[in-house]
Amino acid sequence: MTEPEVIVIGSGPAGLGAATALARAGRRVLVLEREAQAGGIPRHCGHHPFGMREFHRLLRGPDYAARLTKAALDAGVTIRTRTTVIALHPGGLVQITDDAGPATLAAKAVLLATGVRETSRAARLIGGEKPGGVLSTGALQGMVHLNGQRPFRQPVILGSELVAFSALLTCRHAGIRPLAMIEPASRITTRSPARWLAAAMRVPILLHSDIIAIHGRTRVDGVTLATPAGPRDLPADGVIVSGRFRPDAALLLGSHLPIDPGSGGPVIDRWGRLSDPAYFACGNLLRGVETAGWCWSEGQRTARAILAALQDQLPEPAGARLKLAHPALRLAVPQVIGAGAAGSPHDRLQVRLDRPAKGQLRLMQDGRVLASTRIDSLPERRLSLALPHGLGPGPLTLTIAEAP
Amino acid sequence: MNLADQPDKGTGFKGTGFDVAVIGAGVVGAALARAFTLDGARVVVLEKAVDVLDGASKGNSAILHTGFDAPEASVELACIREGYALYHDIRDRLGLPLIQAGALVLAWTEEEAAGLPALVAQATANGVTDVQPLTGPQARVLEPALSPAVRAGFRVPGEHLIDPWSAAHGYLLQALANGAALKRRTEVLAGRRSGDRWHLATTSGEVSASLVINAAGLWGDEVDRRLTGESWFTIRPRKGQFVVYDKTAAALAGHILLPVPTKVTKGIVLCRTAFGNLLVGPTAEDQDDRDHATVERATLQALMRRGEDILPALAGHEVTAVYAGLRPATEAKEYRIRTDLAPGYICVGGIRSTGLSAALGIAAHVVRLAGRSGTALADPIWPRMPNISVEGARDWQSPGHGGIVCHCELVTRREIEAALTGPLAAGSLAGLKRRTRVTMGRCQGFYCSAELARMTDGHLPQPMVGPSHD
Repeated sequence: MTEPEVIVIGSGPAGLGAATALARAGRRVLVLEREAQAGGIPRHCGHHPFGMREFHRLLRGPDYAARLTKAALDAGVTIRTRTTVIALHPGGLVQITDDAGPATLAAKAVLLATGVRETSRAARLIGGEKPGGVLSTGALQGMVHLNGQRPFRQPVILGSELVAFSALLTCRHAGIRPLAMIEPASRITTRSPARWLAAAMRVPILLHSDIIAIHGRTRVDGVTLATPAGPRDLPADGVIVSGRFRPDAALLLGSHLPIDPGSGGPVIDRWGRLSDPAYFACGNLLRGVETAGWCWSEGQRTARAILAALQDQLPEPAGARLKLAHPALRLAVPQVIGAGAAGSPHDRLQVRLDRPAKGQLRLMQDGRVLASTRIDSLPERRLSLALPHGLGPGPLTLTIAEAP
Repeated sequence: MNLADQPDKGTGFKGTGFDVAVIGAGVVGAALARAFTLDGARVVVLEKAVDVLDGASKGNSAILHTGFDAPEASVELACIREGYALYHDIRDRLGLPLIQAGALVLAWTEEEAAGLPALVAQATANGVTDVQPLTGPQARVLEPALSPAVRAGFRVPGEHLIDPWSAAHGYLLQALANGAALKRRTEVLAGRRSGDRWHLATTSGEVSASLVINAAGLWGDEVDRRLTGESWFTIRPRKGQFVVYDKTAAALAGHILLPVPTKVTKGIVLCRTAFGNLLVGPTAEDQDDRDHATVERATLQALMRRGEDILPALAGHEVTAVYAGLRPATEAKEYRIRTDLAPGYICVGGIRSTGLSAALGIAAHVVRLAGRSGTALADPIWPRMPNISVEGARDWQSPGHGGIVCHCELVTRREIEAALTGPLAAGSLAGLKRRTRVTMGRCQGFYCSAELARMTDGHLPQPMVGPSHD
């Protein structure tokens, strides 16, 4: 293709959602994907339900990924797979490498849609040895759905977010029978009906419990749990370490673009724009974690902001950096909030907690409450707050007035 | 199938006719194999594990020490000094990295500060003459992220960072390239001396050699017993736990940050790694178990707090990896190197935390002890190790790499394929990680495990996954 107007990094639902919308509006779009196939994480979620928002029907993950890819190609998007972005430079210069070696590409706008990954066993400081057979859900699903392999027969699953139940479905598909699901908190994290799946598969969910140690030198041959009744050993032959998603912001780390320590993703304004106005971001890179449909929709909306930018119709970057003023608050996106952003992709503030909290979530300016909503929530659950249009120039604060 | 599975093919292994049998393929065994091979000997290396570097050598702090704090006039000091010089001599030709970091030895209490002059004097006596005493503020000029609580210290410019695995792999690869043989999954069960030769009974059959060297690390005393009927020392493994921080933390410390050492341990070190991370550790925990090295959350958290005491800005940086290593400590501090236990037998035991720095020196020392009358190789082959450190070009920078498989560490398909073939092909997933860094980065295998399981299928004796479910 001739030089692209927009480069999209990442071909998951967010990246393809944006790329398709941009191409349909007549723009030359190049999507860079480091894997061998486009489609992102849904490629290896071999279960339903995907696609309601986008295609108005229930699809399995791989079929959904294939449809998203086809829609993008049909719209005229160029997708370049097995191409890894190495570095981002000011003004939309992107350094890549593929089998042909390193090269530099340029575009008027670059959209970052590199997604999320789960927090590793190491980062959670789980004790014990380091045998094979300790996998994230992502790794498990890759092995099962892309390779047709069965990494273990009776693992335990750590976590109870939606993805833990996705792991459970993957296990069922591969003939794997988990011994238990283990959740340190007092409640199951997800509110999805998927939670009933554990009972249907007769997999006990152990609340208030954690994995203290993983045993085995080459393969997992057991785990020790901390439970309310004291330590307990299970003869697991694997461990699925699920959830606690983190944006895959590796490209930002070595770049000129700032990272929000709360979200682990980029600092964006209501247009999805970064501090360098050549760069935009959308999808789960912004925060852990949302559904594929949410990311696709965020991509579509961010595409409209990019189209406006290409026509020099976006307002100059302005606005205050939102301050989080309560210890239970982990992240809020967008981080930079300016006034009068009609038509911007982010008309709601997306919020996540670090610990359970109950009360009023409040957006404050100069001592006034600009917006508020009642919350009674757990970490990793979706929370949001409508952003008002009329904003004064003062600093903005997000806080929680906790209920007793 | 790679070499770890194959009985004899490709290495010229016949079981007999060797001049030297080295028991143990850790960093010391690798250096011994190289030194004797270059000295003209026919060498076989016998390793009981499925891959090399599977014992004490798999987990250390990856520092090339000067020996500034080694016991004065000891064999250990002499071996570190010689090993240090030899590493500098050969590293270019073998393609081994050297990150010239320098170290700061830091005192955090008045008592520790009072001990500094004696340490500086010891360094000078040990031949490390370029140390520079520092006040607390001077230390903070060199390392602005240091806690203001630092009282005083000194700088040792010659302490450097290396890749703990490519060094040992490089030594062994050069031995193999010049005619040595390697037998993995080969445990020495017993030995007898008849005439001027040893006959070793191993799990791969009989091996005979005129000289047997025990470099069995954590199992050194056991090998002693199997060959001579008794052991003159006892290994008491000392576990060290480590925390490896994200690459974003590496900017916080240019120097290796060392505490004032005690009689028991060098203490908790904070330093960059050759791969661009920041490492804190090790602990020093005595244990009986030689096979299992576990990490414990509370200990790791204590290490992280220690790290944050030294570098307050470390708080909030993500942890990439944690690990535990075992060092083959004995009832005494010194190296246990002896030639008088049995004819044609040299025991190289009790090489604790300085093995990586001293290995080449130990090997040179043992070659001299052996008093061989062979002829050194006139024009030895110098294989080059692929660079996976932050120093120098990486494989992804040149065409034909087949695409990147491990995205966090930028490991290419070509690098992985190379590590699965050749005379020193990886024998395990852990071995493949040590050779290439796959899955060693931030995501710890979230993205690339599936592709890696595909690529390694049929190559490793202990596969990543079980049989297909379809």
